[in-house]
Amino acid sequence: MFQHMPLWPDSASKMSGHVDELYIFMLLVTFAMTGLIFAGVTIFAVKFRKRKGRHAEQIEGSTLLELTWSVIPFGVMLIYFVWGAVIYFRERTPPQNTAEVYVVAKQWMWKLEHMEGQREINELHVPLGRDVKLIMTSQDVIHSFYIPAFRIKQDVLPGRYTTMWFHATKPGTYHLFCAEYCGTQHSGMIGSIVVMEDRDYMAWMSGSGSQPLAVTGEKLFSELGCVTCHRSDTQGRGPALAGVFGQPVLLEDGRTVTADENYVRESILEPAAKVVRGFKPVMPTFQGQVSDEQLNALVAYVKSLNQPQAAQGTVAAITRQP
Amino acid sequence: MATAAVVSGERESYLNAKYGLKSWLLTVDHKRIALLYLISITFFFFIGGFFALLIRLELLTPAGDLVQADVYNKLFTMHGLVMIFFFLIPAVPAVLGNFLIPLMIGAKDLAFPRINLLSWYLYMVGGTLMIYTILAGGVDTGWTFYTPLSTEFLNTNVISAALAAFVAGFSSILTGLNFIVTIHRMRAPGMTWNRLPLFVWAHYATSIIQILGTPVVAIAIVLVALERLLHLGIFNPALGGDPLLFQHLFWFYSHPAVYIMILPGMGIVSEIVCCFSRKRIFGYKAMALAVLGIAVIGFLVWAHHMFVAGISLYAALVFSLLTYFVGVPSAIKVFNWTATMYKGSITYQTPMLYAFAFIGLFTIGGLTGLFLASLGIDVHVTDTYFVVAHFHYVMVGGMVVAYLAGMHFWWPKISGRMYPEGWGKLAALLVFVGFNLTFFPQFVLGYMGMPRRYHAYPPEFQILNVLSTAGATILAVGYLLPMVYFLWSLRYGAIAPANPWGAAGLEWQTTSPPPEFNFENQPVVTWEAYNYDEIPEPEEVPVAH
Amino acid sequence: MHTSSTAVAENHAHDNPALLHHFSTEAQQRNAASLGMWVFLAQEVMFFGGMFCAYLVYRFKYPADFAAASKSIAILPGAVNTAVLICSSLTVVLAVRAAQLGKRKALVAWLLLTIFLGLVFLGIKGYEYHDKYVEHHIPGPSFHFDGDLIDHPGVPASQAHTQMYFSLYFAMTGMHALHMIIGVGIFAYLAWMAWRGKYGAEYYTPIENSGLYWHFVDIVWIYLFPLIYLIDRHK
Repeated sequence: MFQHMPLWPDSASKMSGHVDELYIFMLLVTFAMTGLIFAGVTIFAVKFRKRKGRHAEQIEGSTLLELTWSVIPFGVMLIYFVWGAVIYFRERTPPQNTAEVYVVAKQWMWKLEHMEGQREINELHVPLGRDVKLIMTSQDVIHSFYIPAFRIKQDVLPGRYTTMWFHATKPGTYHLFCAEYCGTQHSGMIGSIVVMEDRDYMAWMSGSGSQPLAVTGEKLFSELGCVTCHRSDTQGRGPALAGVFGQPVLLEDGRTVTADENYVRESILEPAAKVVRGFKPVMPTFQGQVSDEQLNALVAYVKSLNQPQAAQGTVAAITRQP
Repeated sequence: MATAAVVSGERESYLNAKYGLKSWLLTVDHKRIALLYLISITFFFFIGGFFALLIRLELLTPAGDLVQADVYNKLFTMHGLVMIFFFLIPAVPAVLGNFLIPLMIGAKDLAFPRINLLSWYLYMVGGTLMIYTILAGGVDTGWTFYTPLSTEFLNTNVISAALAAFVAGFSSILTGLNFIVTIHRMRAPGMTWNRLPLFVWAHYATSIIQILGTPVVAIAIVLVALERLLHLGIFNPALGGDPLLFQHLFWFYSHPAVYIMILPGMGIVSEIVCCFSRKRIFGYKAMALAVLGIAVIGFLVWAHHMFVAGISLYAALVFSLLTYFVGVPSAIKVFNWTATMYKGSITYQTPMLYAFAFIGLFTIGGLTGLFLASLGIDVHVTDTYFVVAHFHYVMVGGMVVAYLAGMHFWWPKISGRMYPEGWGKLAALLVFVGFNLTFFPQFVLGYMGMPRRYHAYPPEFQILNVLSTAGATILAVGYLLPMVYFLWSLRYGAIAPANPWGAAGLEWQTTSPPPEFNFENQPVVTWEAYNYDEIPEPEEVPVAH
Repeated sequence: MHTSSTAVAENHAHDNPALLHHFSTEAQQRNAASLGMWVFLAQEVMFFGGMFCAYLVYRFKYPADFAAASKSIAILPGAVNTAVLICSSLTVVLAVRAAQLGKRKALVAWLLLTIFLGLVFLGIKGYEYHDKYVEHHIPGPSFHFDGDLIDHPGVPASQAHTQMYFSLYFAMTGMHALHMIIGVGIFAYLAWMAWRGKYGAEYYTPIENSGLYWHFVDIVWIYLFPLIYLIDRHK
């Protein structure tokens, strides 16, 4: 309905319609409340203006009224809370089997790498009707990846991954903005999200001929010597990594953590922070020796060890979604 | 040098009790200190306003063509720093609070007059550091100083800006300390807690926030300065630090800080609505509890500024829910002010017009805060112009409007003169129209997706930006008018009687302006607050010649 | 309260030169000063609280490195300093008592003793800081930590994380030492005023309130000491 209104953003994702619904509800409540107060003040100001022979009537208060106009607004606020929380929960819980794109933000550009290997700068091509997850980090300061048409944004931090997912429902080109002030060219750190029909997307993908990210990662894994300790048998000085990603890991100090992207990244950069039970903290740190892009490739490789047949996250591996 | 020269016809008051620059710069009279603050914060208001005007001029066109990107970044940073630390936070407490609280409770001065003077000097030191920062080339971190941008990636005057805020913070802490002790210990006989004007309650709640919140941002700022100087790594991920730790420490103060800004304004509105409706406030107890509630709950919601910053899902849920709790007492206040007007006897002098504006604009500002508290909406509109519009509605439509309301209401008491009522009404109208035209379009811009702190923007955002800038010019005129006519009134304004408005409150029972020690005899209070059933309507209010 | 008796009390009270003009009675002035100091200490708690918060966040994030760094700090000077501060709080209390009893010479003596203990504390602190300088534990370009994790001898502790520990160590103990220096200054002023006979049974508010401040600085140290010096000492 709001596609062509100049004062409303495009609505191009599964969640954007839901966000708009809540927003419209809030607008209606706001107009009603504002109207009520404006009307109240205006009517009282006129009706009870000073007139000869009439004095003000002193009214102490009314506990009943106080309770009424506390409880009813609070009830409306709870609706705001629950409705918004449900949307947020869905936005922060990516589905299984998403296509994945790694994002590295730096002053003042967005570098993106698809799992299949395509690299983009300031532009992200995504397939229509698929779940896409972005795994993002920054090389320098805090940025924020904002797609108004999808009604989502997520801050992108140095030193760790943050993630965001979406499901585009309308082909087209949409704004990408950096939404966290990041220095001089903050307002220049913009780009486009290009949502393509399946066929066009496949054509675009096959046009580049780059190697999948997990394969890049596999090569690095070997070049950097990781394979020496992280052997596929149980004889290595480091744990075997097949099937590890996404599962709980028991640490030497008794904690259990989930082996997500941040865990893998931390294990490479600060291996002593979390030591797997039964192993010694002998892994050297690779801080300063691997770039963010190389880390992404290594993470993608470790993930791919869960499904050795097909590289994780490619379009071919994902069954068609409704 | 210290003798009072009483010219025939000129009444003796705090203004002429002593003469000479030293008697002002070394004064311990809370009324004189309030005037020192008035001059300084007006000065900084116009500096901050000047930066705002440049920002709005740049945003007339989508391209970044008026100033370069780094200059623009300095403009919005310094607009924020100056307006928040050197205008919004001190204005009502340090000017009106300082002037009125001893008068309202029947005391001769604040508990610690010398500390009051020290507060002003600290403010001036902080202000000087801020001026130095501006003249030395400015700072472009954003007023929020997020790390690691501010600690590792900028070459501008971050440390002097941080120090300026730090020193101003201590000025604020000492003011709050003074008010708390004064309100506890210096009330006149019969002035019980239940008889305190709501203006005093509001300042009491504000002072609690000033004392408990400001030190935390002080330490956050100190750590940023140390990190910058020594590359410590406390907030730098490359050295094991966590940039989110800075955000938590920063917002732990900076959220309650917004209540430091608004609560005193709410106190002003209560006084004015009662006076110009000739009625006791509806629900006195609820109003007093509401300001305390806002102060306490306001400490529990800070991470609603961080919903997309990388906090956990569960933390976000908790902070969203808590934020709705703080909305309830604010709503109560709006309803109670409206109810106070019911069956009143209302007149439309300038302070009341500003009070009407406050009620309407604060309602909009507060309701749009509820949008932001909702996680699903916040993800879309945080860091956009929606937030900018929201906080300007509460800060400018709320606090600045309340400040102007208070300045007009108590101007006769402070100066002994009446301001010109016709000009007052005109300025109020210009402020209201200009304000709405400036900031309402920004809600639309925000939902459309225009991010904040953008020097250049896509062309589809232009029309709304042009409207906003047009509004800003009207608003500027609305602000300049009172500057001019208040000064004019010092010489040509009608002489004010002790109680031109027929208002309740001890401050109106002494002369306009008050004598140096406030009251000839210590008052003894035997009546309830807002005893408008006993106070006669004022005579025709004197107008300017 | 009748106006007349208030006025009478006021008139008599204002014979006392220590009573300031804006207070009606000495009791009011004393209560105001006391409440003022407590409120001030409340904001000091928040000030140090921010730093403690930062410390605790990283203590839990890097427990092994923090333990290794803590171990490298000699316990004895810290422990002696703790004892010195506790004794100085005792001398402060005795000074207040002396003031209450109007014993001018005892008051001055206890105040001077407090100052002396404060200076001992600062001196030992200076010695500790010097140690850190020599060992290259001062954060910055020359920082270098030579030490292994306690549970894993042979595995060196992380430079970045131990530097984090020492950054917080210097920030917290430095801020504390700054408050001590200010306290010593205040007490020096009090000692001088006491020597001139300004304080006695009718008026010793500054002694009492400065004592409160001193006790607060002492309590901050009592939290600092175990947090910083005693991590994992049982291992």
